[in-house]
Amino acid sequence: MTKPLLTINDMSITFTSPDEADIEAVRQVDLTLTPGKTLALVGESGCGKSVTARAVLRLLDKNAKIPTGEILFDTGSGAVDIAKLKSDSLAMRALRGAEISMIFQEPMSSLSPVHTIGDQVDEIIILHDRLNKKQARERTVSLLDQVGVPGARDRANAYPFELSGGLRQRAMIAMALACTPKLLIADEPTTALDVTTQAQILDLLRQLQDDFGMAMLFITHDLGVVAEIADDIAVMYLGDVVEQGDVFDVFRAPKHPYTQALMNSVPRLMRKAERQRLTPIKGTVPSPKDRPVGCAFTSRCPHAFAPCPTVRPERTQIGADHVARCHLLTHVREEAMA
Amino acid sequence: MAVDTVQPTVHVDLPKARNRRESQLGLMWRRFRQHKLALVSLWVVVFFYLVALLAEFIAPVDPVHYSARYTYAPPQGLHFVAQNADGGWEFGPYVNGYKTEIDPVALRRTFVIDEEVRIPVRFFAESEPYLLAGVIPLSVKLIGVENPRDPFYILGADRLGRDMLSRLIHGTRISLSIGLAGVTLSLFFGIVIGGFAGFYGGWFDSAVMRVVEFIRSMPTIPLWLGLAAAMPKDWSALQTYFAITLILSLIGWTELARVVRGRFLSLRTEDFVTAAQLDGASDWRIVTRHMVPSFTSHIIAAATLAIPGMILAETALSFLGLGLQAPIVSWGTLLQDAQNIRTLATAPWLLAPGVCVVIVILALNFFGDGLRDAADPHGR
Amino acid sequence: MLAFIIRRTIAMVLTLVAVSIVAFAIIQLPPGDYLTSYIAQLSSTGDQVDPRVIENLRAQYGLGEPFYVQYWKWISGVVQGNFGHSFEWKRPVWELIWGRLGNSVLVEGLAVIVMWLIALPIGIYAAVRKYSLGDYLATIAGFIGLAVPNFFFALILMYLAYVWFGVTMGGLFSPEFENARWSLPRIWDFFAHAWAPVLVLATAGTAELIRILRANLLDELKKPYVVTARAKGLPEWKVVLKYPVRLALNPLVSTIGWLLPALVSGSVIVSVVLNLPTAGPMLLRSLTTQDMYLAGAIILLLSVLTVIGTLISDILLALIDPRIRYGSK
Repeated sequence: MTKPLLTINDMSITFTSPDEADIEAVRQVDLTLTPGKTLALVGESGCGKSVTARAVLRLLDKNAKIPTGEILFDTGSGAVDIAKLKSDSLAMRALRGAEISMIFQEPMSSLSPVHTIGDQVDEIIILHDRLNKKQARERTVSLLDQVGVPGARDRANAYPFELSGGLRQRAMIAMALACTPKLLIADEPTTALDVTTQAQILDLLRQLQDDFGMAMLFITHDLGVVAEIADDIAVMYLGDVVEQGDVFDVFRAPKHPYTQALMNSVPRLMRKAERQRLTPIKGTVPSPKDRPVGCAFTSRCPHAFAPCPTVRPERTQIGADHVARCHLLTHVREEAMA
Repeated sequence: MAVDTVQPTVHVDLPKARNRRESQLGLMWRRFRQHKLALVSLWVVVFFYLVALLAEFIAPVDPVHYSARYTYAPPQGLHFVAQNADGGWEFGPYVNGYKTEIDPVALRRTFVIDEEVRIPVRFFAESEPYLLAGVIPLSVKLIGVENPRDPFYILGADRLGRDMLSRLIHGTRISLSIGLAGVTLSLFFGIVIGGFAGFYGGWFDSAVMRVVEFIRSMPTIPLWLGLAAAMPKDWSALQTYFAITLILSLIGWTELARVVRGRFLSLRTEDFVTAAQLDGASDWRIVTRHMVPSFTSHIIAAATLAIPGMILAETALSFLGLGLQAPIVSWGTLLQDAQNIRTLATAPWLLAPGVCVVIVILALNFFGDGLRDAADPHGR
Repeated sequence: MLAFIIRRTIAMVLTLVAVSIVAFAIIQLPPGDYLTSYIAQLSSTGDQVDPRVIENLRAQYGLGEPFYVQYWKWISGVVQGNFGHSFEWKRPVWELIWGRLGNSVLVEGLAVIVMWLIALPIGIYAAVRKYSLGDYLATIAGFIGLAVPNFFFALILMYLAYVWFGVTMGGLFSPEFENARWSLPRIWDFFAHAWAPVLVLATAGTAELIRILRANLLDELKKPYVVTARAKGLPEWKVVLKYPVRLALNPLVSTIGWLLPALVSGSVIVSVVLNLPTAGPMLLRSLTTQDMYLAGAIILLLSVLTVIGTLISDILLALIDPRIRYGSK
């Protein structure tokens, strides 16, 4: 196994507010990313997946804190603990855009509407690679070409509102890859696009990963997308990573009831007579305030039993590369031993 | 979706509605009460309007009562506790008398407060009979001196020895009422014109909006001045008063029309209006039963925020001498006396009406802002 | 862009026509016709009235003819630079006002610049450091700035200058520079006088600009493109200045459209208080003496200046906002 590029150990994120008690949006998450591989972070909205991703770039709001844990990033000349850096420090800014980049869900609102595409891509090149304006523009044009923007030289002078959603997202990707980062964080990059464009963008990302060899942290709520792009998967629920592992292992044999439920709520193509009703997960996601001390999924779990609400399940190794947090796993084993 | 996880859901603790069918205005009032500054401002505004209403009762003397002996007499200030020469304490309101000194250089008579002389002051003092607000006969004033011949100038006197405080109080009545009257008139124009434009749209709407834009792009004071200058000089006080109100609202209606139109436009596409239309309700019923109730609060807020502009405009016009004219006492006409810098240096208390203007405008702005926030908690 | 400018210019010309009609209506507003009062005035001072002169004037202004004929005669003169005759000063109107109008433009232009210079840094600071002490101070100062009528502010300044320094404030020039040509000492003298009216005029506008800038910037700071800019590794000040501030400026530029009328209005009254040789005091005087051609010309020209200013701000807005330039929403 190659040396990991990014290792998140035991990281928690809390939000403070002057009027209310602190909210722990993410608790004790462990993630590992290796070069050339894609880790998909999956979960419903509000589960903390975006917060986790932003924590890696320290782009959280001012009221967010990382009280415990470390985010180790291998710069090539030793590891940096991003969790210890100040969010506007020089060291952090040197990582952003150069070593770690991010693309966002809304390609329209994530690009400045009053600056040209080229201008916005040039900027990052000038900033990190210290090229002059002309050289930067050359690089921008070839990047736009590489991500499949037709007529790249002209399009560089276009404003975002003059481009289609798919082209905008391609421009976003060009911007993110401008300084050949080692890690690309993609925060639901295809959610706002229509299905055909979605497939094209996923193809593009996969191909670029082959070309550049960067690691990718891919955030999505769409299991179809996961199947298409991910090597590893981590399933989040209400701030907990409930199950993680090799995407084939997890898809084949999900161990956590939440993962299982998630798999069951995806429609499969079948002949009409054989179609079954989808089984939605009962109940709704509680607010992070009301999360039980134990397993976060307790209130909606069909198998919940005695220890679930009070005792937090440990990380349990299931396969070589497959971990889940569920009492059922340890409990069954204990019963079997007894 | 990318952002929603950054901010964990914040639960807004709305007080549980006891009465579920609470009216729009009831809701608005409850939200309004949470703005402390707006609430304080409301009381300030109420205070000023009460003063305006009870002007004759509160003003110690008649605003036109003059006394050449006390030209530019400085403010006496109201005292409550005095120490006697023998060291004993005496309680009860009083003002000091004046003594005159002759300035040896300018050979001018100046007044100095005479600490020795104490003129006792009475609350609810007897006075000449008068009509409160022109209706209620009374012969008692809130405050007054025992002997009407004694000088009583809490806020000082003007060029003719008239009591500044009394004039200020009567000026409050005129200035505040013109603000209210002007806004009422503007509101009438604004609702009728803006309402039609917003409800029917089409060419009428675009024509109205062009006119509104045009008027708003003109500098108002030159325009007002031009209109006011055309008023015949021989008009009575009442005629001038109404003419000025009309002139002010000729421009004032535009802002309110814009607000009303905007509301109408956005409401027209709301589902509940479409639903009413599909149910076959008449235009009149849709407007009065469904649309107007849902924006009264906005209109009230907009109207409140329009009052300061009216008051400022009246003050400015009268100050320039083209608004209300001399026998009428308003903040603007009072400030006319303060135009000369030498006069101002001898009698800075002539600026008092300006201070009132600032306080009232501030209070009305805060109050209006509070109303607007309460009317529309989700921001503009 | 050219199409945009042409469109706006056509709209402006239409507005100007409307403005001229309003100005002419104001000229016509006082009861009686001014020629009659002019004759009465001349006779009362014992001057000989030449019937031929009267007849000439009557023909020149189209008196006794319908409104539109009179308007046409007047406006044809105006476009050729003939604004009519001041009966009080017995001189052509244009000669009287062009110098004063220049002073008006100068003072108002300076006020606009000062407004922006003050409002920009304060507004940005207040939004970026939301709810800080500085933010609260700016908010309070803004509210007071809006509530103090500018002529009252001018009075207070005059009073303080007189009581503290024994200086009588007023005018734009010292007497010795009044009619001198522009030179370095004259410019210096001008600024020594002009700071007060400029400050007074800029107050309310500054307060309003700060308020709008702060609100806009707070909105923009929440937008995703700000996060994108941060994710590029830009330092925070550069992120704020290049992106959200730039976007928050757009609505701010469009506010010039209604700040300008208020500024011109304010300058009339402030000029009266501070005795400035601008168009304001002359307008007031001409209105009180019913010297209507002079008054009408001043009202017309002040409005025209405002309209042109608004056009410039529109074009400026199009220059900085490509969405408007390319006619997109």
